[in-house]
Amino acid sequence: MTGEPSETIQQTLSDARLQLAIYSATNRLMTHRAGAVGPDLLPEYQELRNDANQLKKHTIDHLDYYLELFERNVIAYGGKVVYCTDSQEVADFVLSLAKQRGAHLIVKSKSMTTEEIHFNERLEKHQLEAVETDLGEYILQLAHQRPYHIVAPALHLTRYDVAEIFSKNLGVENEVVIEKQTRIARVALREKFLRADIGVTGANFLVADSGAVVVVENEGNARLTSSAPKIHIAVAGIEKLIPRAQDLGVFLTLLGRSATGQPLTVYTSFLSGPRRSGEIDGPDEFYVVLLDNGRTKLLADPEKRQSLYCIRCGACLNHCPVYRKIGGHNYPWVYSGPIGAIITPQFHGVLKDPWLPFASSLCGACAEVCPVNIEIPKLLLKLRSEVTDAQRREGQGGMERWAFGIWAWVMTHPRIYLMLARMGGLFAPMLPKVGLLGKWASQREIPKVAKTSFHQWWRERK
Amino acid sequence: MSSREVVLQNVRKALNRAAGLLPTTLAAPRLRVPIMDRNRYLTLFGQNFEKLGGKLFFSQEPGEAAPVLAELLQGKHAVASNAPFLTTCGVTALPQVQSGFTEREALRAACSTADVGITSADYALAETGTLVMLASPAEARLISLLPPVHVAVFPRSRLLANLDELLTVLPNPAEQTSSMVLITGPSRTADIEQILVRGVHGPGEIYAVIVESPR
Repeated sequence: MTGEPSETIQQTLSDARLQLAIYSATNRLMTHRAGAVGPDLLPEYQELRNDANQLKKHTIDHLDYYLELFERNVIAYGGKVVYCTDSQEVADFVLSLAKQRGAHLIVKSKSMTTEEIHFNERLEKHQLEAVETDLGEYILQLAHQRPYHIVAPALHLTRYDVAEIFSKNLGVENEVVIEKQTRIARVALREKFLRADIGVTGANFLVADSGAVVVVENEGNARLTSSAPKIHIAVAGIEKLIPRAQDLGVFLTLLGRSATGQPLTVYTSFLSGPRRSGEIDGPDEFYVVLLDNGRTKLLADPEKRQSLYCIRCGACLNHCPVYRKIGGHNYPWVYSGPIGAIITPQFHGVLKDPWLPFASSLCGACAEVCPVNIEIPKLLLKLRSEVTDAQRREGQGGMERWAFGIWAWVMTHPRIYLMLARMGGLFAPMLPKVGLLGKWASQREIPKVAKTSFHQWWRERK
Repeated sequence: MSSREVVLQNVRKALNRAAGLLPTTLAAPRLRVPIMDRNRYLTLFGQNFEKLGGKLFFSQEPGEAAPVLAELLQGKHAVASNAPFLTTCGVTALPQVQSGFTEREALRAACSTADVGITSADYALAETGTLVMLASPAEARLISLLPPVHVAVFPRSRLLANLDELLTVLPNPAEQTSSMVLITGPSRTADIEQILVRGVHGPGEIYAVIVESPR
């Protein structure tokens, strides 16, 4: 399959430092997960996965009902729901709200959904400062890079990279001690939190029966983002719904353990509406942006619909032999790894990056660790066949069709086949190992072709 | 057509559902509350809380909590929440402790300079060493968040087994508060080279003072 960014992939593969960084980070995350879901620690693990899958399936299959139920409850607790079909509408909403309230500074906590829509860049064009506050995301924003991993966004950078990024952008001394770098970020961002007019978070779950937004994190930046400024906006994809607050036991138990091996992350915030009468702090205004941005396209196919069950734990990335070699930036969109390989083609159309569903050995590790049991390998196969069908419709993939045409003709003409088989036995050892064959042979042993074919042997047996 | 209608219509079209249809019945939530001697909650909470880097103190009666706090607060300045239990324990009467805030700006200013934030906790979860805080006139959000040290003082009776027991007691937290936060250990990050650093945005140190409940 052609079209993959082979040059940048080669760069990643030959960068020993980067290979070590990806290898050790994913290895550590795998070890942490394995230590948290083992049969001695979480005997009900498989049951929980099954429950989570069924709950997500039920919600996604009745998504219109749960969206409206969620909306009614957000309103009942004094919040507002803003539906957006695409990224432009999200930017328009935030810009007009900022203008009405005279806001200048926005603090943001980690959200893949806002990465998806280039939120920060859009706001900056309108003189609104939007600051990422998750440590990894803050570093990436200063360096103008996109996240390398769903859970560990800056896993490809070393302390020396961070030292350079900080001294270049923050005017601080070159500082390579990680504790001190963290301190620099704390001080710089604390000032932003206290000055910010609007806080924008993502959402890990939207709870329909409570109208609540649930955000999980370890640093405390999402808590600060949602409670220090006077306005809190949560931006979430419509697939983030779950039916009831009581279902959180299942999802939170799986999410933390699958992502980082934590039984619960440090902070889990369950937020419903603006501060209530008598509450001393918290936002005065509470908005939930429900974003489609292509998700309803994924809904239409009853089988591929399960891609929307994803709770963004990142376990499939950590366990993927392809992600672990090529890293996050060689994937064409913000979602990398196996989950990226199944959702990107569905969002952007299969012909945009036709190589993506093929960039897998179908080893099945992703499906084995997925906390909500998404059948990733099965969907990859389905998408492969969609790519080939689409290419045929577009008149592409001619080479492959031509080759298979010849193959079919040979196979249905026994005399020709036998003649070629005899020739193969004679000439195969003389083939020069150059071109495509050379590339293939550089990593493998070329199988030996027997001197006599099976047919010949059978006839001459006796 | 509004974006709301467009999105909902696209969802219904994709699912082949008519407007106003109810979902199929959903199985009752599976809440796994272990059958455990309640006396074990304290030990279990302590083990898990300290594994996360927290430090646990135990007081036999409310009057013993204030001296523990006084020891912790030596040379430091603290902000305390309006939780009645803190007054019961005599914590708010300590000279280093500022309390009684009812106004947002004053509270923020005090919290951003304080060394220690003192709160109670509405619940605590033994299996994960978690503190559960519900925002209310008695508990502001920023006290457990802005100062570099967080101390939670609460009676032993607020210990629950786990998250599922919390969700059994509070089937819908939104009915009680606009903000429920579960705190499991000190604020931490591992974003640079996977090295664990505590206290990145929230408190880097966390203490629990559990007071024996009156019988």
